[in-house]
Amino acid sequence: MKDMKEMTYKDAVKLAMCEEMRRDENVFLMGEDVGLYGGAFGVSVGMIEEFGEERVRDTPISEAAITGAAAGAAVTGMRPIVEIMFMDFTTIAMDALVNQAAKMRYMFGGKAKVPMTLRCPGGSGTGAAAQHSQSLEAWFCHVPGLKVVVPGTPADAKGLLKAAIRDDNPVVFVEQKTLYKEKGMVPLDEDFIIPLGKGEIKKEGSDVTVVTYGRMLPRVLRVAEELEKEGISVEVVDPRTLVPLDKELIINSVIKTGRVVLVNEACKTGGFIGEIAAIIAESEAFDYLDAPIVRLAGLDIPIPYNPRLEAAAVPSEEQIRAGIMKVMNR
Amino acid sequence: MTDISREILLEIYKRMNEARAFENKVSYFFARGMVHGTTHLSIGQEASGVASCMALREDDYITSTHRGHSQVIGKGIDLNRMMAELLGKYTGYCKGKGGSMHIADVEAGNLGANGVVGGGIPIAVGAALTQQMKKTGRIVLCFFGDGATNEGSFHESVNLASIWKLPVIFFCENNLYGMSMPQSKSMNIENIADRAKAYGIPGYIIDGNDAIEVYKTVKEVAEYVRNGNGPVLIESRTYRWLGHSKSDAQVYRTKEEVEEWKAKCPIKRLRNYMLENNFASQEELDKIEKKAVEDIEKAVEFANQSPEPPLETLTEDVYA
Repeated sequence: MKDMKEMTYKDAVKLAMCEEMRRDENVFLMGEDVGLYGGAFGVSVGMIEEFGEERVRDTPISEAAITGAAAGAAVTGMRPIVEIMFMDFTTIAMDALVNQAAKMRYMFGGKAKVPMTLRCPGGSGTGAAAQHSQSLEAWFCHVPGLKVVVPGTPADAKGLLKAAIRDDNPVVFVEQKTLYKEKGMVPLDEDFIIPLGKGEIKKEGSDVTVVTYGRMLPRVLRVAEELEKEGISVEVVDPRTLVPLDKELIINSVIKTGRVVLVNEACKTGGFIGEIAAIIAESEAFDYLDAPIVRLAGLDIPIPYNPRLEAAAVPSEEQIRAGIMKVMNR
Repeated sequence: MTDISREILLEIYKRMNEARAFENKVSYFFARGMVHGTTHLSIGQEASGVASCMALREDDYITSTHRGHSQVIGKGIDLNRMMAELLGKYTGYCKGKGGSMHIADVEAGNLGANGVVGGGIPIAVGAALTQQMKKTGRIVLCFFGDGATNEGSFHESVNLASIWKLPVIFFCENNLYGMSMPQSKSMNIENIADRAKAYGIPGYIIDGNDAIEVYKTVKEVAEYVRNGNGPVLIESRTYRWLGHSKSDAQVYRTKEEVEEWKAKCPIKRLRNYMLENNFASQEELDKIEKKAVEDIEKAVEFANQSPEPPLETLTEDVYA
């Protein structure tokens, strides 16, 4: 592998797009204000200078048309990347994504490929309130035909986005807006790819497994480091892609530790960690559990504006710590 | 009126008859509960679906609709595999997984019928974007109905295609009803083609039961679109003789209205035109009609003899 470089999550996303656009002329980016403006979060700043407005396409505010057009472009030979400004706005693109892109291959008897990547920043923590802060990844996991990726580190963002762009299926790539400025070491190798469906143990441990992804990952890691000093060995498992899911990695870790805490930012009811809990309960890991599974998730409320209220809507480090202690004390 | 060759007229006539025979057969099957699910028939709309596609180049694309049998037969399709799909067989275009509402043949340029009203419009725009970016010289003809022009996807898509000057023909088959809702109650305008003005593109109204007018208009518009002038909206006025789908008591329209439109049969009209202008003899045209019916019978036989999809295919092709 070539060198590593420290960069932000946001720059890692951009690097992945730029590398893939240099590598394959069929790859292009379209979305609202992605050109001169550089995207609402500045992810694509500078790309229009390198690739021109033909391949970094500013679109009207038309999520349904942009997403449907991506499906149409993909099925006829392009590899579009669509940026939806906020994950909340995927609601406007739902027909294109759920009824069209996800199903074309199956309902046409396997004779179509829809290699498109839909990037969208999710999550709260920016004071943007209820319509700009949701974590809707579980919705997409419920639609066969879509793949769903939620990277939690800059390196993962790069490696997974490159894999998503090269994948022949529609991929929903959920970026974490509060992680955009987080820094980490990122491989500069242009063929650094993280296969979709391959999770990673972010920290090894032996007493308890915490499965988490996205914005909650750095929180869980900080708590795990603290607890390590107190003599509790926490294993942190990050599936990184939710569909396909690295079930084996999760199950094996739970078998090893016998205790598991699941953490996600999304609302608890119907959230993806509920699915992970069921997978563990149905697996051979169930026999190894020394305590009931604990889920830590966002409250079942719209995200509020007030900063104190907003912060209290999703699992805090204190709550994560308490959740881990709860399974440890059983 | 003589600038359409005899060969093309005969081919349009043949495909219109195939579409009619195909749907008569499908209607028969559904009426007797011999097939699964539902279907939406385009009997009465054949000139619109067939002659428009015949005016395209063979390598051009279409997106089709839930009422798409005439459209895909117009584009050119293997009737055997199409009938097999309707009967849910493994030899069907979609291996029995799509049915009437999802007939697709991506390699041959048919990007699929659609179960969602207006769902194919953005897909057509994206396919047109590919043609523009790759400079293929191909265009896309996007079918939809009057009802779809009230969907957001229509307006977003036509706007997007207009600002990017994409090579797409928006072809509205206005059959006057969105299921039971008459056009007069679903929009405050009389001409759907007027919606083109809002996007700064040309809009045409044509008699969708006149195969020749349909063909000539699409031919001309296709050239304009292919030359990089941007999209065009065509409103093709026609009528479906049968109900919306298999279960429709048709309480929203009168028998007289239906009879009036039956008198405007697009197939008879083309037949009369060809006879009056000596393009073909009575015998020749009779032969084409008879052959269409026979070919559909053969397609049914092919479908009946085809295997059911193996159960192992149930979970295949969810992902590439």
